[in-house]
Amino acid sequence: MCATCGCSVSAVSAVSAGHSHDHPHGSPHAHDHREGTRTLTLEQRVLAKNDALAERNRGWLAARGVRAVNVMSSPGSGKTTLLERTVSALAGRLPVAVVEGDQETSADADRIARAGAPVVQINTGSGCHLDAAMFESALRSLDPHEGIVIVENVGNLVCPALFDLGEGGRVVIMSVTEGADKPLKYPHMFRTADLVVLNKLDLLPYVEFDVEGFERDVALVNPGARTVQLSATRGDGIEAWYDWLDRPGG
Amino acid sequence: MHELAIAESVVDQITTRTGTSRVQGVRLEIGRLSGVSADSLRFCFELATAGTGLDGARLQIEEPDGRGECATCGTVFDVPDLVRLCPCGSADVRILAGEELRILSVEVSR
Repeated sequence: MCATCGCSVSAVSAVSAGHSHDHPHGSPHAHDHREGTRTLTLEQRVLAKNDALAERNRGWLAARGVRAVNVMSSPGSGKTTLLERTVSALAGRLPVAVVEGDQETSADADRIARAGAPVVQINTGSGCHLDAAMFESALRSLDPHEGIVIVENVGNLVCPALFDLGEGGRVVIMSVTEGADKPLKYPHMFRTADLVVLNKLDLLPYVEFDVEGFERDVALVNPGARTVQLSATRGDGIEAWYDWLDRPGG
Repeated sequence: MHELAIAESVVDQITTRTGTSRVQGVRLEIGRLSGVSADSLRFCFELATAGTGLDGARLQIEEPDGRGECATCGTVFDVPDLVRLCPCGSADVRILAGEELRILSVEVSR
């Protein structure tokens, strides 16, 4: 802002000491900018700090031989139900620890603890996503030495997509009750997924959900993503999910 | 509203470089495929800069359009949204521009 008249000088990109400018404004007077500024070129990625922390988390996990998976979805898609079942089913096959992200309450962490896995709850308050710093503190608290850490991100199909935590794989869960149009409506989320899980398959007879169209749209936004269809409550198709956790990319 | 976190990250990175200097202006590059809304960011910038050395700084946002190159036929074309479909039908497209999320420069008082 111009210190003399308070006008906005958005048309001027760099102001050097002692010059005058001729931006249009309502003031009848002409004046110089004496305040003097210098331009500092940064050329930095906005998320550089988060991404550096995420890389550190990735290295920390790799050094311990632990893999992390970031699970994202809208609220109510069945993330916690799927994780409860996963924790019980993989007992003795693959050690699972869980990081729960929610704005408030420890309800989900309590469910996971009852299912038998080490769990840390992160409450983000007004925050709409987890970031690499939150994940780092959760990892230090969990202190995993083997197996897999599953992160249940804050239920939200928009914000978590942008924030790398240091995970080795990204999963988006969609349920058939949400409608098949989500990949095209929330492309950022689907674009970064390694695996797309279509949940609540048991409800398919009762809702209008075009599975083929859904898979076609996922492929449009993210040709490299794999999809699996399952029912977290009944267990149909769930082996493919366990196999992916045991060998992501396989 | 991840734009608030983005705005806070911008303030954090800039103050790391500028220390106690007064920042008068900030130039950002937010590509149209980046997943960040420039309008939301403008709104959040004011909130995130309040009480910092960037308080009152003017914000200039450049918004590069999406451009992609088809790996199948080599065509370079506009990519208006995240459905990266080449006119030839291939979805194997490399994004050349539009995903930028960068702080270009700042103007600080001498």
